[in-house]
Amino acid sequence: MCAVAGSKPAVPAKPKKRTIMESRKRALTSRVREIIIKNLFAFLAFISVLLLGLIVLFLFREGLPIFKQISVSQFLFGSAWYPTYNPPEYGIWPLIVGSVIVTVLSCLIAVPFGLLAAVYISEIAPARIKEILKSIIELLAGLPSVVLGFFGMVILAPWMQETFDLPTGLNIVNASVMLAVMAIPTISSISEDALYAVPREYKEASYALGATKYETIAKVAIPAALSGISTAVILGMARAIGETMVVLMVAGGSAAIPRGLFDSVRPMPASIAAEMGEAPFQSGHYHALFATGIVLFFITLAFNLVADHISNRFKEEGSGTL
Amino acid sequence: MIIQTKNVDFFYGAFRALTDVTLDFKKNRVTALIGPSGCGKSTLLRLLNRMNDLIDGTRVEGEILFEGQNIYAPNADPVEIRQRIGMVFQKPNPFPKSIFNNITYAPKLAGIRDRGEIEALVEESLKRAVLWDEVKDILTKSAMTLSGGQQQRLCIARALAMKPDVILMDEPTSALDPISTAKIEELIDTLKKHYTIIIVTHNMQQAARISEYTGFFYMGKLIEFNVTEKIFTNPDAKQTEDYITGRFG
Ligand SMILES: Nc1ncnc2c1ncn2[C@@H]1O[C@H](COP(=O)(O)OP(=O)(O)OP(=O)(O)O)[C@@H](O)[C@H]1O
Ligand SMILES: [Mg+2]
Repeated sequence: MCAVAGSKPAVPAKPKKRTIMESRKRALTSRVREIIIKNLFAFLAFISVLLLGLIVLFLFREGLPIFKQISVSQFLFGSAWYPTYNPPEYGIWPLIVGSVIVTVLSCLIAVPFGLLAAVYISEIAPARIKEILKSIIELLAGLPSVVLGFFGMVILAPWMQETFDLPTGLNIVNASVMLAVMAIPTISSISEDALYAVPREYKEASYALGATKYETIAKVAIPAALSGISTAVILGMARAIGETMVVLMVAGGSAAIPRGLFDSVRPMPASIAAEMGEAPFQSGHYHALFATGIVLFFITLAFNLVADHISNRFKEEGSGTL
Repeated sequence: MIIQTKNVDFFYGAFRALTDVTLDFKKNRVTALIGPSGCGKSTLLRLLNRMNDLIDGTRVEGEILFEGQNIYAPNADPVEIRQRIGMVFQKPNPFPKSIFNNITYAPKLAGIRDRGEIEALVEESLKRAVLWDEVKDILTKSAMTLSGGQQQRLCIARALAMKPDVILMDEPTSALDPISTAKIEELIDTLKKHYTIIIVTHNMQQAARISEYTGFFYMGKLIEFNVTEKIFTNPDAKQTEDYITGRFG
């Protein structure tokens, strides 16, 4: 703008100068504003990372002292969790087994349902049903876990106890079903996004080669969306393993290694939530619970890293040679 | 006469994209469809293998006969029709799979399992598409690593592996450089011995070079259909002449 004004000899000198000054000023203020905004964002990002770092630091500070009393392998693989006995035993193996088993079982339930729901919503359902289903799944995702826990406790548990003639309805199966209900929205909505992102050209190519709708879904759409779907499954698992309220309410709470699917278990988050209130401050029990938190932290971290790795790997290869 | 359209009208919802199109496509000949952008060439092409079925809210009137059978009859199976009438798209669209698996996609759907037969088919299709020498050592690599022109020839090979009778091509060279374009034009020339080819193109020289018959469309109507030479030297309609001499469109 200034250059144009300057190149025209007809323009009087005075206004020209003013324009240059003004636009310079404007450029300056906008530059300053840019810098301020940039730093503000950097500051906010830094604060949240710092807070996270402090939490992790705190977790380690409170958890690590337990390893002055017992070794890491005794802690991880010890099969007895009697933190209040004398002498206490801090083996969290039964808790780890409890967590793993309810997570795996819940995924066995949630993956097929979540994936089928995603396929149905993104590829098959007519527009109206699609909208309805999507809002139902969103609703499910927003359901407070205590409500699900309550449902498992007062409806599913008594029903299971009676139907299968069990000592208790609060057990692995109950917890897994409830966790699956929590994981389904995660799995289905992320998978649906991945399926939606599959280019239309691939599907058209498939139809033009004489494939039916189901062949196109199974051989083109799902393989092309596989990285997103794997990410969905892993994030769903991460959600299930970290979930506290549901397992606290419906897993039964027995800190023994289960022998069958209808046994009670005490997954790690449930153990922490239930016992933290009664563990004396800075006691061995207190430190052991924090150390359990560290274990949980690493498991979730691993899940997220794997999810990240999968989505990156597939991205680099352009969906690869599936 | 392999495909005939009779008084075909086509609607996207309320919008009428084709009006009263009556046209005969001859067997083992190359027919070019030309006309300004938006005149309905792609729409007609996609009607011939029922690809427009995939778009919601469309409607066809009139008849389209493939070997004498109306492909829009209630008992006609679109999947079977698409197996016999292959299609190559404007933008190369290989699957994100290996070169080998791209070619075997249709044959495997058709139930061919025998390894030897499949390998022979891959080689034959790639040779017909004049791609074999370039890819014979990298069959297991992803098709995405090929160049645009190679990808387009792969798409042609993929359609050939289905053993169709007709190949529809929608501006197959518009995304390609002159060398790849020349290769594909040569390829079309060799393919017409075995296949009926219907090609949409914006390139007048291309239509003149490769086709035996040409149809000129304008605003959803077939203005003129004749032997290519006639269309390009002495067209009957004034609009055709204006278009091919570049006075409009
Ligand atoms: N999916 C669609 N929904 C609604 N209208 C469409 C759709 N596809 C095409 N049309 C309309 O139909 C008319 C014909 O489109 P078509 O794609 O057949 O043109 P074309 O001759 O192939 O043009 P081009 O040379 O630009 O490819 C256009 O007016 C276009 O806007
Ligand atoms: Mg077109």
